[in-house]
Amino acid sequence: MATGIKDKVAILGMGCSKFGERWDAGSPELMKEAFEEALADAGIERKQIEAAWFGCWGDGINVGNSSIPAAMALRLEGIPVSRVENMCATGTEALRGAVYAVASGAVDIALAIGAEKLKDTGFGGLPPPFKGTFNDMWMPMGSAPAGFAQLAPYYRAKYGTSKEDLKKAISHVSWKSHQNGVHSPKAHFQKAVSMETIMNAPMISDPLGLFDCSGVSDGSACAIVTTPEIAKAMGKKDLVTVKALQLSTSSGRETQTNDWDGSYVATTRVAAARAYKEAGISDPKKEISLSEVHDCFSITELVTMEDLGFSDDGRAVFDILDGRYDRDGAIPCQIDGGLKCFGHPIGASGLRMAYEVYNQLLGQAGERQLSSPSVGLTHNLGGVPYQGIAAISILGLH
Amino acid sequence: MAEFGISAFGAYVPKLRIDRAIIADAHKWAVPSLRGAAKGSRAFTSWDEDAITMAVEAARDALGAGDAIGVKAVRLASTNLPYADLQNAAIVARAIGAPESVASTDAAGSQRAGTSALLQALKGGEPALVIGSDNPFGKPASAQELGFGAGAAAFLVSDEKVAARLIGSATITNVFVDHFRSADAGNDYNWEERWVRDEGYAKIVPAAVSAALADAQLAIGDIQHFVMPSYLRGAADAVAKKLKFAGAVASGLEDGIGYAGAAHALLMLASVLETAEPGDRILLVGFGQGADALIFQATDAIKDARPARGVSGAIADALPTDSYLRLLSFYNGIQMEWGMRSEKSAKTALTEQYRSAGQLEGFNAGKCGACGTVQFPQLQYCVRCQAPSEQFENVSLRDDEATVLTSTADWLSYHPAPPLWVGFVEFAAGARVMMEMVDIGKDGIDTGAKLHMVYRIKEKDRQRDYNRYFWKATPIGAD
Repeated sequence: MATGIKDKVAILGMGCSKFGERWDAGSPELMKEAFEEALADAGIERKQIEAAWFGCWGDGINVGNSSIPAAMALRLEGIPVSRVENMCATGTEALRGAVYAVASGAVDIALAIGAEKLKDTGFGGLPPPFKGTFNDMWMPMGSAPAGFAQLAPYYRAKYGTSKEDLKKAISHVSWKSHQNGVHSPKAHFQKAVSMETIMNAPMISDPLGLFDCSGVSDGSACAIVTTPEIAKAMGKKDLVTVKALQLSTSSGRETQTNDWDGSYVATTRVAAARAYKEAGISDPKKEISLSEVHDCFSITELVTMEDLGFSDDGRAVFDILDGRYDRDGAIPCQIDGGLKCFGHPIGASGLRMAYEVYNQLLGQAGERQLSSPSVGLTHNLGGVPYQGIAAISILGLH
Repeated sequence: MAEFGISAFGAYVPKLRIDRAIIADAHKWAVPSLRGAAKGSRAFTSWDEDAITMAVEAARDALGAGDAIGVKAVRLASTNLPYADLQNAAIVARAIGAPESVASTDAAGSQRAGTSALLQALKGGEPALVIGSDNPFGKPASAQELGFGAGAAAFLVSDEKVAARLIGSATITNVFVDHFRSADAGNDYNWEERWVRDEGYAKIVPAAVSAALADAQLAIGDIQHFVMPSYLRGAADAVAKKLKFAGAVASGLEDGIGYAGAAHALLMLASVLETAEPGDRILLVGFGQGADALIFQATDAIKDARPARGVSGAIADALPTDSYLRLLSFYNGIQMEWGMRSEKSAKTALTEQYRSAGQLEGFNAGKCGACGTVQFPQLQYCVRCQAPSEQFENVSLRDDEATVLTSTADWLSYHPAPPLWVGFVEFAAGARVMMEMVDIGKDGIDTGAKLHMVYRIKEKDRQRDYNRYFWKATPIGAD
C-alpha cells in the first residue's frame, strides 16, 4: 500500500535568480545564479549532489534538448541528470523527480533546477508551439490568452456573474499581485498599478486585458532536497518538508465529451483532492497558510481559488473583492507577486513558487514575511484549462 | 435506352463580398476611369478557400447530406487549381466521402474547361460528378479585377431522376487567344476587347450554336434560355442578338459573384435550372480556344432537383466587407508583415496525413461500440470508457447539426484573417471538438449559435507551397 510522500523529504536549500528581461544572461548564467544560492543555503558542496532533474520547456528557443546543457552549465560531473518537460508545470515536475529519488532511497541528496530563457526570441511573446504531426492537422492554433479567456463566459453563465463583476474581480487579482510585487526584489515587475489602469488596459483576448496576463520573463529557480534525518544531521533546525506532490494530466474528457462545463479546471481539482489526502489536510480553508498559484492569467487565479477549495464554488469573485487573498487576507496568494509580477520563465515557475513558500515558512521572506505561516501550497498549471497538467505541492514545517 | 442527364446540381459562392466601388476607389489616384465600371459587388475567396474547398461545398449542395457513396467519378474543372502535380479532384472526392473506387480527373487550361468536362461526362454515359470551381485573379487596377469573382457549381449526371437531358451539342476548337496565362504567371495577358468581341464571341459562338442546333434538330426559336458566360460585359446580349435569339438571356451573375473563370458557365447553368420549367430548352455556351455549345431540355423532375442553397441561396448568403487590402492580401497581391509568430514551420508530415486520412478527410468521429460516445479525434481508446478503438464506428461530423459552446477572438496568434476565432463546438451526435470558426459577421458569435461545417485550408505551408485541408465551423446566416 502506497503511503505517499508526506514528510519523507526535506528541502535542504533553495535558490532563485532575478527574474525579468535578462538581456545580460542566457539559461546557463541564470541557472548559475539559482544554483549558487541554493548550494549556500543548503550548506553543501556541488559534489554532494547525487542526481539532478532539469526542467526546461522551450528547447527550440533555449539551450537545446536533453539534460546536457544543465550538466555542462553547472558542471554536474558524472551524476545522472534527467531532463523533464511538462509545459508550464515543468518546474514542479523537476521537483517531483528529485523528491521521489530521495524518497525512494536511491540517493541522499538530489537537485531540481528549472530555467527558461524566453527573451531570445526577438519578439514580445511565446513562440507558437508544435502540437504534434497529427494535432497540427486539425487543432486550431490559438494563443494562451485565447485558451484561458474561454473560462470567463462559462463561469459567468454558470454563476450568473455579470461581466462587470468578473472584470472587477480579475482586475483585483492583478492589482493585489502588483501590490505584492513591490516587496519582491527579484520580481520582474516591482511597481504598484492602480485598479483603473488595470481595468482600462488594452484588450488581449476578451475579457483579458494587458494586466490580466503574466509577464514573459527569463529566470531560473532551484531546490536541493534530502531526507529530514540527513537535514537534521547536517545541523538544520527548522525544516520544511514536502507534505504532498501531486500531478493530474488531461486525458481528453474535457475537450472531447460534454462532461466538463468549462467553469473550472478539472485537473486542478483532481490534483488538489489527491494532494490534500496525501498531506492529511481536511479543511484547506483553515489549514493552508498561503498559496502560490498559476496566475498565468487573472481569470486562472480566480477559478483556481475555487478549484483548490479556498472559495466555495461561485464565490471566488466575492472573496477576491473582499480581500481574502490579499497580503493581509485569510489566505494570502502570490505574496511574491506571482507569475503576474515575479514573472513566468516557464520551466522555472513551479520551483519559484516553492522558493517563496519555503522562505515564508522559514521566516526569511524579508519585507514580504507573513506572520507565522505553517503550510503553503503551490499550484502550477501546464497547457490550457481544458487540456493540461495541474501540479500541486504542499510544503510545511516539519 | 435509359434516359441520361443532369440529376442534381448545387453551387457555392464565397461569403466574402466587396463593392466594386471600394476597389475602384483604392485605384482612383492612378486609374480614375475604373469608377465607371464599378457597379455592384463581387465575391472573393477568403485566405483559406480555393478551387478545392469551393468544389467540396458545391458538391455537398448538389448531393445533400451524407457520404457521396453513389458517385462513380469526380471531374474538377478550374484554371486556378492549387496543385499542378497532385490531383485536386482526388482531394475533393475524399472530402465528400466518395468511395475509394471513384474515378477522378482534373480538367484545366481553358475558360471552357467546365463545359467541356460536363459535355464529356454527359457523353460518357457513366454516373459522374462534374464540378467547376474557380477564383481567377485580376491584376490590381485591371478591368478583370473588377469583373472577376469566385464560385463553384456541381452537377451530378446519371440515369436516375434526370432533371435535364442533353439533346444536342457541338464543339469548335481553334487557337483564338483573347487572353492567356503561362503556367508560371500570376495573371492574365489580355488582347483588345473589341477584337475579342467581334472576331471571337460574335463569330465562333454562333458557329458552335448552329452545329449544336443541327445536332438537336432544332432552330434558335426552340430555345428558351441562352446561357453564355463572358468576362466582357454585354457580350452575351450581342451574341444573342446576332443569333436572333428572342428568349431569355441568362444573367451573367455580375452582382454578388462576378466572372468565376472556368466555373462561370456552370454557375450560370445552375442558376437557370433553379427556375427552369419542365420542357424548357437551355443553350449553354463555353468559350475559350473555340467554343462548346450544349442544349438541354428540362424534364418534369426539374422541380424536385432544386438544391438546398443553389446559386440564389449562395448569392444571398453574403458577408459584405469593406477593405480592398483584405482582398489583395488573400490573393497574395501584397505581402503583409505578420510578425515572428508567423515564422512557425507548417510542414506537413505526409506520412501522418495518409495514416489519418480517414479522420481528416471526411471529418469522421468514432462512435464507441461499448458506450456509444461519439468522439473526435479518434484516438487509441474511448475517451469515456477506455474501450479500444478497433470497435469504433465512423460517424462523419461534416453534416451534423452543431452549436457554439464557447468562442473567443484571438488577436495574438498568427492568422491570415485576424482575429482567429476559436472555440468548442458541440455536435448533435454528442461530440465536442475545439474548432476554428470562419466567416464571422461583424457582431461576432455567441454561445448557442448554429454552425455548419465547411472544408477549408487549415494551414498554408508557405515555405513549401502545400496546404493542409480540414473542416472548420461557420455560423449559419451571419452578416
